[in-house]
Amino acid sequence: MNIERLFLIVIGNLFVTNFVLARFLGLCPFVGVSRRTSDALGMGLAVTFVMAMASLLTHTIDTYILKPQAPLLVWIAGAESQIARDGLEAVLRTLVYILTIASFVQLVEMFLKKNVPALYRALGIYLPLITTNCAVLGVALLNTPDDPAEMLTLPEAVIQGTFAGLGFTLVMLLMSGIRERIERLDLPAPMRGMPIAFVCTGLMALAFLGFTGMV
Amino acid sequence: MDIRELTKGLFRQNPLFVIVLGVCPSLATSGSLETALAMGIAATFVCVGSNVFISLIRNVVPGGVRIACYIVVISTFVTVTDLFLKAYFPDISRTIGIFIPLIVVNCIMLGRAEAFASKNTVMNSLLDGVGMGCGFTLALLLLGFIRELSGSGKLMGYTVLPGYNPMTVMISPPGAFLLLGLLLGFFNWMQLRKAAAK
Repeated sequence: MNIERLFLIVIGNLFVTNFVLARFLGLCPFVGVSRRTSDALGMGLAVTFVMAMASLLTHTIDTYILKPQAPLLVWIAGAESQIARDGLEAVLRTLVYILTIASFVQLVEMFLKKNVPALYRALGIYLPLITTNCAVLGVALLNTPDDPAEMLTLPEAVIQGTFAGLGFTLVMLLMSGIRERIERLDLPAPMRGMPIAFVCTGLMALAFLGFTGMV
Repeated sequence: MDIRELTKGLFRQNPLFVIVLGVCPSLATSGSLETALAMGIAATFVCVGSNVFISLIRNVVPGGVRIACYIVVISTFVTVTDLFLKAYFPDISRTIGIFIPLIVVNCIMLGRAEAFASKNTVMNSLLDGVGMGCGFTLALLLLGFIRELSGSGKLMGYTVLPGYNPMTVMISPPGAFLLLGLLLGFFNWMQLRKAAAK
């Protein structure tokens, strides 16, 4: 495992290509749940967990089932067959990934409800929202690009998922701090709520633009 | 069949500027007019296709698994769009990148499926899909027009403002957020003014 490459993934996902501010992923929960710091932290941590696990699951599925010459395809149809040569990636990737993520989130929700009710009450309301958070599907797709040369290894994928999630949490926390103060300002009526939130995000993105070129 | 289902998506219930759905793809693809148009057409196709199909199966699907069924339908149309773009417009497909597959988790698609197509006739769902898709495309074109013109002095890749000193920030992410915030404020202001006039 290449430590330098891992370090680049960590710094890159936290600051340089931050999922919210540079890649435009996960904006719905970012503006929707960033009114209070406690909500922002809960949502951020829940998203981080799901992103790390989704990276693990989708990367494994891609390697063993969907890729050209994937073990399962070879085992079922033989190495010479059309299906093993082309793989199922092109046609089934989006569908399989979103179903994997949706079922995983559902499982976590049921597990927490039964076994850790306190955590379920704290995170429960965020969990259903995570399935349609494009950051989760986004990181799964970014981990397994079309070009085999750019494909991440499994540990790299999980680290990318974790730190992209932490980057999301960081920006959520910063934003909730700003918004708690904005609430008390006397803004012109049309700018209240969403519009001023996006303007502040823009200013924050401008600050994060300073990290460009670091990686 | 009600023609108002078509027109509501364009302005009164515009998905991006009024309901504020689909923010991620619209900011990511509005850096130039060309990608904005491609994204708009792709989203419209998926919205119309999934709306019609979901409306067709609305009486067959059991309530408990309906969301999963909608996701399967939507992702089928997304895959068709993705493969079509990769085959015929590889450059655009590379620029838009993961945002074509990400139409699956776009709140507009699932929102229309759940709120409209699952309760209405096929014809009305078709009109609703076309209206919402075109409303989203219009919003994207407005963003793309302002960002490309102010950020590079070009439109569709052609220089229209020779000698213009471009505000490069408008093409980069901060410009996208700022512009969306200001536009949302502008549309809020128009609505408030109309409400006050009544």
